[in-house]
Amino acid sequence: MPSRRTSPPRPRASLIFGDLWEFDPAPETADPKLKPRYDLFIGGRFVAPRTGRYFDSVNPANERKIAEIALAGEADVDAAYAAAARAFGPWSALPGRERGKYLYRIARLLQDRAREFAVAETIDGGKPIRESRDFDVPMAAAHFFYHAGWADKLAYVAPGAAVSPLGVVGQVIPWNFPLLMLAWKLAPALAMGNCVVLKPAETTSITALKLAEILQDAGLPPGVVNFVTGAADTGAAVMGHPGAAKVAFTGSTEVGKRIMRQLAGTDTRMTMELGGKAANIVFDDAPIEQAVEGIVNGIFFNQGHVCCAGSRLLVHEPVADAVIAKLKNRLRVLRVGDPLDKNTDLGAINSAEQLSRIRRLVAAGVREGAVLYQPPCSLPGKGFYFPPTLFTRVTQSHRIAREEIFGPVLSILTFRTVDEAIEKANNTPYGLSAGVWTDKGSRILRMSTELKAGVVWANTFNRFDPASPFGGYKESGFGREGGRQGLLDYARLS
Amino acid sequence: MLPRDTLAAHARLLDEVGRVDQVGVEERVAKFTTRSVKKTAKLWGLRTAVSMTDLTTLEGKDTPGKIESLCRKALRPHDDPSVPPVAAVCVYPSMVRHAKSLVGGSTVKVASVATAFPSGQTHFKTRLAEVRGAVADGADEIDMVINRGAFLSGDFARVEDEIAGVVEACGAAALKVILEVSELETYDNIRKASFIAMGALRPGDFIKTSTGKTNLNATLANNQVMIEAIRDFYLDTGIAIGMKPAGGIKTAKQSLHFLIAVKETLGDAWLTRKRYRFGASSLLNDLLRQLEKERTGAYQAPYHFSDATESY
Repeated sequence: MPSRRTSPPRPRASLIFGDLWEFDPAPETADPKLKPRYDLFIGGRFVAPRTGRYFDSVNPANERKIAEIALAGEADVDAAYAAAARAFGPWSALPGRERGKYLYRIARLLQDRAREFAVAETIDGGKPIRESRDFDVPMAAAHFFYHAGWADKLAYVAPGAAVSPLGVVGQVIPWNFPLLMLAWKLAPALAMGNCVVLKPAETTSITALKLAEILQDAGLPPGVVNFVTGAADTGAAVMGHPGAAKVAFTGSTEVGKRIMRQLAGTDTRMTMELGGKAANIVFDDAPIEQAVEGIVNGIFFNQGHVCCAGSRLLVHEPVADAVIAKLKNRLRVLRVGDPLDKNTDLGAINSAEQLSRIRRLVAAGVREGAVLYQPPCSLPGKGFYFPPTLFTRVTQSHRIAREEIFGPVLSILTFRTVDEAIEKANNTPYGLSAGVWTDKGSRILRMSTELKAGVVWANTFNRFDPASPFGGYKESGFGREGGRQGLLDYARLS
Repeated sequence: MLPRDTLAAHARLLDEVGRVDQVGVEERVAKFTTRSVKKTAKLWGLRTAVSMTDLTTLEGKDTPGKIESLCRKALRPHDDPSVPPVAAVCVYPSMVRHAKSLVGGSTVKVASVATAFPSGQTHFKTRLAEVRGAVADGADEIDMVINRGAFLSGDFARVEDEIAGVVEACGAAALKVILEVSELETYDNIRKASFIAMGALRPGDFIKTSTGKTNLNATLANNQVMIEAIRDFYLDTGIAIGMKPAGGIKTAKQSLHFLIAVKETLGDAWLTRKRYRFGASSLLNDLLRQLEKERTGAYQAPYHFSDATESY
């Protein structure tokens, strides 16, 4: 029964996010159809590595071995480049509409097997099944569809110029979005008529090798796409191979620099998509609730293993307390745990090595005087996990505001004026992405001009579309992926 | 106290309660629909939804006979004794006395719409008299409509004053304030109206989405804007206001999505019929059907469930 509101001593209001209605485990049960051992994919066939060596791929959610992956040596990389070079003539001579047919076929086969691929991606990389199911796999298929559409319209992609393929392209991709990054790299290269030698990341090779099965089913001519698996040495062999007309790399800035040094003075073309330390800027007139959701999506999506993650929150001082209080409440309902559970929001950190890097940087944050907040949550005993983490009272000189953590860790800084926000946002060697939250349209336009970042999201974050070019400024790299611009990075203009 | 000058009132209210981004809120609620609720959690959710239902009939053709079958259904929704009674029956004022004679003494409350439901377009004096009459007839709860005309013309003070007047007239009865979200149109307006209403309410009163008489009723996004307003108001003032989405919630699955939104926005303290209700009629039998499916593993044909309600 309602009572009149008269008593002045106010009860201390707080929310209870308890276990009154605890969800039962809801594991995704689709069969990922894994093989115990994966060979290299060269010339349209699975072949044993000439090194004779294999390495284990581990499920980061429980540290169990999933499969053995072939370790490619230089001779294997040579063989892959030779197969690609043989395939290049007939492949590039095909009419665009014929190449488009293969890409459509790949996209549809991937959609047919979407659940299987989502589970494989989650087991191999640790990301929540919700994301691999709703984002990674559908987006990968969307990239094949999009570029299939371009394949027969290449005459119109660069008005006033004719385009032709470059030749054999070497590609190295990271472990954060294994299948999606592969689609970003393969689809435009193939649509333009190039052939590919690609190396997936050491910890996440499986979906690439499963995609090789789809390439076989699609009848893609042998050698057009070749997958060589392995670690850094294999990657260096792919990037430095004399047969490469172009190399495309996505990964850390440190490795990107090494590749650029290696290729300096050659005529090999390069595109680099490297690290980031994106600023997500919240003004006092922003829709606060949705901004908080965007901040959460910006840093905790894929456990923060996102090069364009909004890892620095710049919040306008008048609303800083409100935003931080709302963020803390929001973090309390994030579900951390088994990536295969359909209700998991934050899955496993990709590897033990990455986990220790995150721990190291978080310890540095605490040591340097930033204030740490982690919601109460219990982590699984086995596997690599890290709770969602906020740091308040962070300044530009803190390491956690400068270095890419690549984990679920948000550094919160404040600002007073628009100019200060722009200055702080740009005060980083990186420039991949940024976010702006405000109700004022003119401010969005000004910020998008002045922020030195390849992508500026307004009142949203981490939105992607195959038609929208993605890439960086400064030490975040050069070249674009997606859209017309991304396609032209795989073409020679004449 | 809201200022009388409409421009100042408008600016101040928007600054005070903040804005809502349409794309963002719709993205947020889409995530609730991807939650997977199984086994015991599902049973708990379904039973809780039954206990939160305001079983409703609001038609010109309502008769004492129709009200009787509604009330019997409310007291005993299903043969299975583990299924609780619903929270309330919701009827027009002319049926309150009859409904009270049927459910009085049980846990099922009698709720009555009042204030010239659904449009509210009559003299304030008349609306107040209707509320007093329904309470005198034994209504435990009153569902009022706000003055949307006053709201849309910027006369927020009048909206608030009228709600305060109805609160007086309610006496001991709980009040549910219907914003009629489809007529307010924007999420900004829904948030503003929520705050205007809550400013006049007592702990234990409710805000409610719709009358069920327009083309768009409760949606997850409307519900989200309103429960976020309730949460912000609670954290600011310590006053806990309840929430009632009404109209358009027809399936058990939908109702679970709404409950997940409550769990993840307001927390456990709102997962009770004291603070959360569903205004619905056909929802009840779908909840029962799902409960039977969980118990027996098979779906029963609709005619296995007594069907006293179909409108709304």
